[in-house]
Amino acid sequence: MTATGIGAPVRRKEDHRFITGKGHYTDDHARPDQAFAHFVRSPHAHAKLKKIDTSAAATMPGVIAIWTGEDFASDKLGPLICGWMVNSRDGSPMKMAPHPALAAGKVSHVGDAYAVVIAETLTQAKDAAEKIVTDFEVLPAVIDPAKAQSKDAVQIHDVAPNNTIYNWHIGDPDANAAAMQKAKHITRLDFINNRLVPNALEPRSALAEYDAGSENFTLWTTSQNPHVARLVISAFIGVAPEHKLRVIAPDVGGGFGSKIFIYPEEVVCLWASKKVARPVKWTADRSEAFVTDAHGRDHVTHAELGFDENNKIVGMRVKTIANLGAYMSTFSSAVPTYLYATLLSGQYDIPSIYCEVDSVYTNTVPVDAYRGAGRPEATFVVERLMEVSARELGVDPAELRRKNFVRTFPYQTVVASLYDAGDYDASLAKAMDIHDTKGFKQRKRESAKRGKLRGIGYSTYIEACGVAPSAVVGSLGAGVGLWESAEVRVNPTGSVEVLTGSHQHGQGHETTFAQLVSDRLGIPIDNVTVVHGDTDKVQFGMGTYGSRSGAVGMSAIVKALDKVEAKAKKIAAHLLEAAEGDIEFKDGKFSVAGTDKSIGFGDLALQAYVGHKFPTNEIEPGLKEGAFYDPTNFTFPAGCHICELEVDPDTGAVTIDKWTAVDDFGTIINPMIVEGQVHGGIAQGVGQALLEHAVYDKDGQLMSGSFMDYAMPRAWNFPTFKVDVTKTECPSNPLGIKGCGEAGAIAAPAAVMNAITNAIGTEQIDMPATPAAVWRALKQSAPARAA
Amino acid sequence: MASVTMTVNGKQTSADVDERTLLVQFLRENLRLTGTHVGCDTSQCGACVVHVDGVARKSCTTFAWQVDGAKITTIEGIANGAQLHPMQEAFREHHGLQCGFCTPGMIMAAIDMVNRKGNDLDDKTIRHELDGNLCRCTGYHNIVKAIAAGAKAMAK
Repeated sequence: MTATGIGAPVRRKEDHRFITGKGHYTDDHARPDQAFAHFVRSPHAHAKLKKIDTSAAATMPGVIAIWTGEDFASDKLGPLICGWMVNSRDGSPMKMAPHPALAAGKVSHVGDAYAVVIAETLTQAKDAAEKIVTDFEVLPAVIDPAKAQSKDAVQIHDVAPNNTIYNWHIGDPDANAAAMQKAKHITRLDFINNRLVPNALEPRSALAEYDAGSENFTLWTTSQNPHVARLVISAFIGVAPEHKLRVIAPDVGGGFGSKIFIYPEEVVCLWASKKVARPVKWTADRSEAFVTDAHGRDHVTHAELGFDENNKIVGMRVKTIANLGAYMSTFSSAVPTYLYATLLSGQYDIPSIYCEVDSVYTNTVPVDAYRGAGRPEATFVVERLMEVSARELGVDPAELRRKNFVRTFPYQTVVASLYDAGDYDASLAKAMDIHDTKGFKQRKRESAKRGKLRGIGYSTYIEACGVAPSAVVGSLGAGVGLWESAEVRVNPTGSVEVLTGSHQHGQGHETTFAQLVSDRLGIPIDNVTVVHGDTDKVQFGMGTYGSRSGAVGMSAIVKALDKVEAKAKKIAAHLLEAAEGDIEFKDGKFSVAGTDKSIGFGDLALQAYVGHKFPTNEIEPGLKEGAFYDPTNFTFPAGCHICELEVDPDTGAVTIDKWTAVDDFGTIINPMIVEGQVHGGIAQGVGQALLEHAVYDKDGQLMSGSFMDYAMPRAWNFPTFKVDVTKTECPSNPLGIKGCGEAGAIAAPAAVMNAITNAIGTEQIDMPATPAAVWRALKQSAPARAA
Repeated sequence: MASVTMTVNGKQTSADVDERTLLVQFLRENLRLTGTHVGCDTSQCGACVVHVDGVARKSCTTFAWQVDGAKITTIEGIANGAQLHPMQEAFREHHGLQCGFCTPGMIMAAIDMVNRKGNDLDDKTIRHELDGNLCRCTGYHNIVKAIAAGAKAMAK
C-alpha cells in the first residue's frame, strides 16, 4: 500500500474549498439578470381549488409573472412520475396518480404548490404571494396509513380505489402458513417505523437559464443524479429536449436520498426561465423543505417469527402498510417492496418467508428513499424479532443469532436475494470483544447503584447495495438500468481526468476515486482530477445512492483503466521495440520483461498524443477510454452493532453510553472516509430511534415542521463510537467492494430499541423513544416488573 | 432603506439596503461571500455563524443594520493568506467534514468556543457547546476530535 493508494487514509482533496468557504453550492451561483421564484403552497392537506385571484398580487412591485397550475397544464407538460413499476399480486399495475409540478383543481398535501410568483427579488416575490387570494373547499383528509384503506376514508385519487397503490407480496402464503404451523414458539410484534424528514443541511435549490439563441437550457440543481434528472425532465415532462438541457449538480450539501428525486420546483424554474427569458432561481427555506422534500420510512407492520424446539427458525410472516404520501415520488414504489422484503432473511437461514405489502396514498408529503431505503425497515423487523424471541425463549440473544446464522455461501434466501460472501460469526464475535459484553452485568450493577437502568442491544444486520444487474432490476419493474459509466482521460503531460457518472455530496469521491487511479497508474494523486455532476462533461451516469458508487462507480473506472493500460502497452511495445506480450506495467513504468528498457507513464502519454513513434493506422493517437459497468449481483454488506445505554427511570431520558460497530464492507479504499460514513449513519439511525419524528395532526398539518419541533440529533446525543471492520471480499465486482454509506442507519435503530427494551423490561414502545415515551412505557409496565 | 457600513474580513464596505436585509444576505448577495450558509430559518443550525467584533453570531438572525460599524469575520477571512487557520487545518486532518455545508459555521463556532473556553477542551464540553450547530453527515464524532485538536493547535 502506498501513502495515497488503495487502503490509505488519505486526507480529502475536496476539503480545501469547503474549509475556506470556497465551495460552490447551487444557491452560491448567481446569473446576470436572474429573477426569483416563490411558490404558493397549500395550507390544507386536501382541498379543491375553487378560485385563485392573482390580480392584486400582479400589481405588486417587482412582479414579473404569476402562474397557476392551470397555466402550467395549458402548456401540455407531462406530470412527475414514479419510475419503478410494481404490480399487485393479481398482476395489475400500481395505481399511479398524476403529479403535476403545479397542482390544478385540487391540492393533496400541506405544501403542495399550486402557483408560482416570479419577481425581481425574493422579497418582492414573497410579498406578492401574500396578496394572492385563494378560495379553497377543504375536503376530509386521510393521514393515518393504517386507516387509509378503510371504507370511511376519503378517496384521494380517482385511479386508486381504497387509496391503495398496490397489494404486493413475496413468498408462498400456503407453504408459509404450513411452516408456521409447525413452530413450537412464535414471537409476534406490532410496530411503527416512524416517518422521518431527511434534512440534508443544504436546502434544495434550482437555478434555471434559457438561452434563446442556442435554445439551450441550463439547470443548476441540488441533485444526487443529474443525468437521471435530465432524462426525466426531458423524456417525461417535456420541458426541454435531452440534448438541449444541461443539468449541473455542483457541490451538494448532503442528500441521504432526498436529492435523488425529480421535484416540481426545478421543473417550474426551467419552464419559467424560458417564459420570462431570464434566469430563474429558487432556494427552499427550511420550513418549505419540511413540507416538500420526500420523507422517509413510515411503515405500520405486524411480524411473526417461528422457531422449532431447537430454537431454529422455521418461518417468518410479515404484513406491512407503507405510506407513500399524496403522490408517488420517483422511486417510492420500490422502497417498501424490492428494497425491503428481499432483506427480511437478515443474516439467518430462514426456510420460509411470506411478506405482504400494501402501499397507500395519504394527504401527506410524498415518501421515498431515505438513507437505507427499505433496508432499515427490514433490519428493524428482523432484529427486533430476534431480540424479543431470545427473551421469550430465555436464551442469550447472541447465541440465538449464532444458532441461525447463514454460514455457507453463496446462500439463496427465500426472498430472492443471493448472498455472495460474508462471515457473520466473525463480526459478532469481534463486536462483542471490542464492546466488552462480558463486563455488561458489572456495569449494569453499577448503574443500578446510581438509580439508572442499563440495557444492551444487538443488531446483526445485512443490507444490499449496488442494486443490479440492469436486466434483473428491469425484470422487477425499474424504468432504468443500474450500471455506471466512467471515462479516463490521460492528458499529454500524464495527468488524468476521471469522468464519472457517480455524484458526490459528502462521500469524498474526489479523493477515493483519485486513490484508485493513482494506485493503478502509479502517478501522484495530485495529478488526478475527478469530474462529476455535469451532463455536458460526463456523458451519462446513474448517480449516487444506495451505497453504489464504490461497488459500481469505481468498477466502471477499473474497466476504463484496463482499457487505458491495454492501449498504452500497445504503444509502449512500439516505443520500446518489443513484443506487446513482453510489456509489463508496474509502479508507473512500462518495461520490457527481463531487460532494463522502460518508459514512464507521463512520457508514454506524451508519445500517445504526438503519435510520432507508432503506426497511427493501427493504433489511434491519444489515450482516453470509457466504460460502462453493469454488476453481476447486488453486494451484501453486513455486520454487528452493539448499543449500550442508561435509562433514567424518573425522567425516561436515555443516554447512550457505548456504541460498537463492526462492519464487513469488503475492500476499503480509504478507512478514514469509511469510518466517517459509519459515524454519520449511526447518528441518523439513533436519530430515528430516539429523537426524530414527522408528526402529522389529524387534519394533516405537520406538527414537527421546523428545527424547533423536529428533533435533529446534536453532538451531545452521542458517545464516542468504536468502529472496526471484518473483511470478506465481494466476489461480484473487480475491487471486492460492498458499500458503506447506509450501514449505520440500517443497523442502529434496532440496536437502540433492543437496548432500551432490555433496560426497561417491556417491548411496548415505538420509535422515537423520547423521554416521555420511555417514561410512559415504564409506568405501564411497572406492575409486571414488580411481579 | 438603511445605510450600513461595516468592515468585513478587514475590508470596509458600505451599502444602502432594505431594512429587512439580514446580515447573511448582505454577506452572500451584496459581497458575494458565499462561504457563510443558510441551513434553516429558525436560528437552529448554525451554518451561518460569523464573528461580529470577534464574537460568534448567527448571521441569519441579525439584520445588516444591527451591525453597522462592526468588524465582521467570515470563513473567508480566517486564513492567513495561503496558511490555513489551525481550526481549518484540524477539520481537514481529522475528517471533520463530509458535504461541507455546515463546516464554515462549525469552524467559526469552534474558534469562538476556544476564545471563551480555552485550548484544552474535553469531549463533553465540545459536545454541549455545539448545541447550536447541526451536522447531518458526520455524527459529530470527527468534528469533536477536530475541535479538540484545533483548540490545542491554536495555543501554539
